[in-house]
Amino acid sequence: MDYYLSVATFGALNVILALGLNLISGFCGQVSLGHAAFYGLGAYAAALCSVAGLPFPVAVVAGMLVAGIFGIVVGIAALRVREDFLAIVTMGVGFLFLGVVRKQQWLGAEMGIAKIPSPLDKWGYALLAIGAAVALVLLSLHVRRSWMGRAFGAVAQDEDAARSIGIDVAGYKIAAFFIGTAAAGLAGGIYAHMTQIIVPDAFNFIQSITILAMVVIGGIGSTLGVVAGAVLLTLMPEMFRFINDYKLLVYGTLLLAVMRFSPEGVAGLVRRLARTAQARGGRRPA
Amino acid sequence: MMLEGNRLSIAFGGVRAVTDVTLRVERGELVGLIGPNGAGKTTLLRLLTGVLVPDAGSVAFEARDVTRTSIHRRAQMGFVLTHQIVRPFRDMSLLENVMVAAAANLTRRPWRALVAVEAQPARARARSLLERLGIADAADKPAHSVPLGYLKRMQVARALALGPRLLLLDEPLAGLNYSEATRLADLIVELNAGGITIVLVEHNLSEVTRIARRLVVLHNGAVLAEGAPREVMTRKDVRDAYLGNEPAVGAAHA
Repeated sequence: MDYYLSVATFGALNVILALGLNLISGFCGQVSLGHAAFYGLGAYAAALCSVAGLPFPVAVVAGMLVAGIFGIVVGIAALRVREDFLAIVTMGVGFLFLGVVRKQQWLGAEMGIAKIPSPLDKWGYALLAIGAAVALVLLSLHVRRSWMGRAFGAVAQDEDAARSIGIDVAGYKIAAFFIGTAAAGLAGGIYAHMTQIIVPDAFNFIQSITILAMVVIGGIGSTLGVVAGAVLLTLMPEMFRFINDYKLLVYGTLLLAVMRFSPEGVAGLVRRLARTAQARGGRRPA
Repeated sequence: MMLEGNRLSIAFGGVRAVTDVTLRVERGELVGLIGPNGAGKTTLLRLLTGVLVPDAGSVAFEARDVTRTSIHRRAQMGFVLTHQIVRPFRDMSLLENVMVAAAANLTRRPWRALVAVEAQPARARARSLLERLGIADAADKPAHSVPLGYLKRMQVARALALGPRLLLLDEPLAGLNYSEATRLADLIVELNAGGITIVLVEHNLSEVTRIARRLVVLHNGAVLAEGAPREVMTRKDVRDAYLGNEPAVGAAHA
């Protein structure tokens, strides 16, 4: 039972991470290859708070805020660069985070932070993570329906045209980065308390790419698709041990396959299948 | 004074695209900005709207200095531009393209936009604008699937959705066939009569001389002539500039 609970918890955390990135990349069109850094910022900030004796909810909120504030900083940097350059900048942010954390004694350097107080049991973390994931699904669906979502769409499709109709492109990019990275910080805070030990390597480039793979494989921009992608990529390594050993190879292959055969990911595939089925169903009576 | 571009200059590398140009537009005017290719019309328009920041000179909108005001702020103030090359939101329908502009009061601040869901007023307004431009039949088609003539008119609808007081149209008639161009030109006159001040950059000389009440002719990045269309078009220097009958012809392409 414990095993299933922890898989469910990690699945939910991955959903949070992937939906956060989807808000930035899928909704607002801004590439980010350093999402794990914000996961790490949230984890470290929350861990430090708890180790210092602050209550658990305060620690988790602090993790969210720290990640979100750094997200705003990266969002401001994102105003100056576009697309491929932004990819490199955000990748750099990821490496910068690791580089700093690895060398700072007060952050535990390579050993990370251990003995983080854990106020909940396995069930508690699973329910918290799943609850947070559900909240984020609802938030994503809401954003898509709201005028914020439409403005994000305008920014993603043509920044200059968006400006010329009075949309504050900079403000929207910063808002997307804030929400997306604060979500990652929330996941980080839960993760740190659940595992009670965090090390820099849990938030490395591979983790960033894994989150991106969840988004792309699920279907960038589609909330439910991204949820499916996150669940799929959480379960796969658990079900087939060998995938765990060749994680990057498998994710890379999957990414290529998605790009080649269904650029809109699982979500696009489902939409196409549904259309085909509908067309067939429509023809049959005739 | 609606718009005042005061002694504007800008150079790209060594090329002086616009030199010491002053353009004043009174409230309620319909001004045509013309000139041969490479005369600096689009550059001047970009300086006026804030796409480019001038090396020297200033821009004032309704007597407020907006030289360094961002494009989106100017659009919010009622100073709106349409692009020469169509810039639709390609994956949105024509209706959605106009809706985003029609909801400018809701999208002004991201956090305000997050709590705003009601789309009906913007949808209704966008639909009536599409009807006014004569493209309501394609309202639900994605922008990437409709012909250029539709997109050109959609851009005008999108600009109108912002409720502009000053509209800068960069070659709105280009890409339209004869009857579409005439209809849109008539609509521009109608909008102007309805109180919108309009500056029009246009290659279609017959339409622009028909509808504009004042023409400004740019040549080699400077104002060559201005005045009533009939007078301006009969001037020898203007004709020469268009026909290229002058020694400095190479500079016109700079």
